[in-house]
Amino acid sequence: MFISLLAVIALGCIAWLGAASGFQYLIGVVLPYAAVLVFIGGFVWRMVDWAKSPVPFRIPTTGGQQKSLDWIKPARLDSPFTTAGTVGRMLLEVLLFRSLFRNTSVEIQKGPRVVYYSAKWLWLFALLFHYCFLLIFIRHFRFFLEPVPFALTAIEFVDGIMQIGVPRMFMSDVLVVAALGFLLARRLFSEKVRYISLANDYFPLFLLLGLVGSGIWMRYFAKVDIAAVKVLTMGLVTMNPVLPEGIGAAFFIHIFLLSCLLAYFPFSKLMHMGGVFLSPTRNLPNNTRAVRHVNPWNPPKKYRTYAEYEDEFRELMEEAGLPVDKTSEEAAAAE
Amino acid sequence: MYNGKYIIPGIVIFVGLFTFPFWSNLLTPKYERPQLAMPADQKECIEPAEYMRAEHMHILDVWRDQALREGKRAYVASNGKVWDISLQNTCMKCHANKADFCDKCHNSNSVSPYCWDCHVAPRGNQ
Repeated sequence: MFISLLAVIALGCIAWLGAASGFQYLIGVVLPYAAVLVFIGGFVWRMVDWAKSPVPFRIPTTGGQQKSLDWIKPARLDSPFTTAGTVGRMLLEVLLFRSLFRNTSVEIQKGPRVVYYSAKWLWLFALLFHYCFLLIFIRHFRFFLEPVPFALTAIEFVDGIMQIGVPRMFMSDVLVVAALGFLLARRLFSEKVRYISLANDYFPLFLLLGLVGSGIWMRYFAKVDIAAVKVLTMGLVTMNPVLPEGIGAAFFIHIFLLSCLLAYFPFSKLMHMGGVFLSPTRNLPNNTRAVRHVNPWNPPKKYRTYAEYEDEFRELMEEAGLPVDKTSEEAAAAE
Repeated sequence: MYNGKYIIPGIVIFVGLFTFPFWSNLLTPKYERPQLAMPADQKECIEPAEYMRAEHMHILDVWRDQALREGKRAYVASNGKVWDISLQNTCMKCHANKADFCDKCHNSNSVSPYCWDCHVAPRGNQ
């Protein structure tokens, strides 16, 4: 935990020092390009790697009755039998985190008695985090598009509709910090989760907190010359990068942490973004009883029929008085 | 590769979406910082230009609170000069052209301040 925290703090310090000592072009232009290349290349590589792994059998995790006899009601989403059911299950999983919704907490009460409670907080804050992050990601396109499309202005209007402060406070900024805070607090204060949490669980959380925090710091407190930032970002996406004068250090910390996130993404647990689509326990219909699935790389079976066996040993069998399907006379007549 | 007919289109769609800013800007002319109409007869704003660029919204917010809620109408600038706290009479005395001063940067960076919900928008230097 502390290693991850120190790593993110160190990254922030590197960016800050770099921006202060003349490495602005490296941090603002070279690293983002490199990070985007690593992100796309790494993402495709991971997906192709997974796609190469064979999944010969149906191994869906099920949460309901399998399709069986007509008078037994099947669970169409929790144990999908058709493609439509599987697609529906995937959509609910990807868009609404349906399986997290079923999360329960176990407790041993005095008695001793095991009690299962419904535990929805993880689902709620996970959903909150992902949608806020998506919203923030989309909002940032105002720096990459000219003119800014109306849809983006509309999103910003709704997100900042509370009209608190100037620049206007975005609700998604507050909620994403709250959600990340919950996800971190859960790892720190729930003994069971803490026991299984590793540095690669904490690092993405701290990195995201650093990224979001530096963005908030830049937007609401430190304030940078946003028109110059747009010159830089537009230069990046139009492939003629420029480094305008007078952008504050907060921006370089922000874009450095973003570059770190992009480059780290394909090699971390964050790849669940693509992996969720390739989960064999989710994306396969549960039709093991209705359809025969043959392992495609099984070697061709070598077998010998009884007729061939008898052809070879017929005379010996007849000598020994064993019963045969065809006698020597019948076999000779057939030839 | 297994299930390539599903996975390859998925990867193509993902890469296409992610690189959207790059290919959607292929035909965009080079982006320039918006050129603002500066007041002709004044050389200095209340604070240095860099500070104003980053903090003008904060100053306006503080001014709004001080003028309307606390009734304070005097602003002492960092160089000691005293200004009247008033959007209408101080800021817009020089920056009288909203379309060519405020709106250019705001539109380009998708900022929509709500100053003009209450204030009368300046129409220009006519």
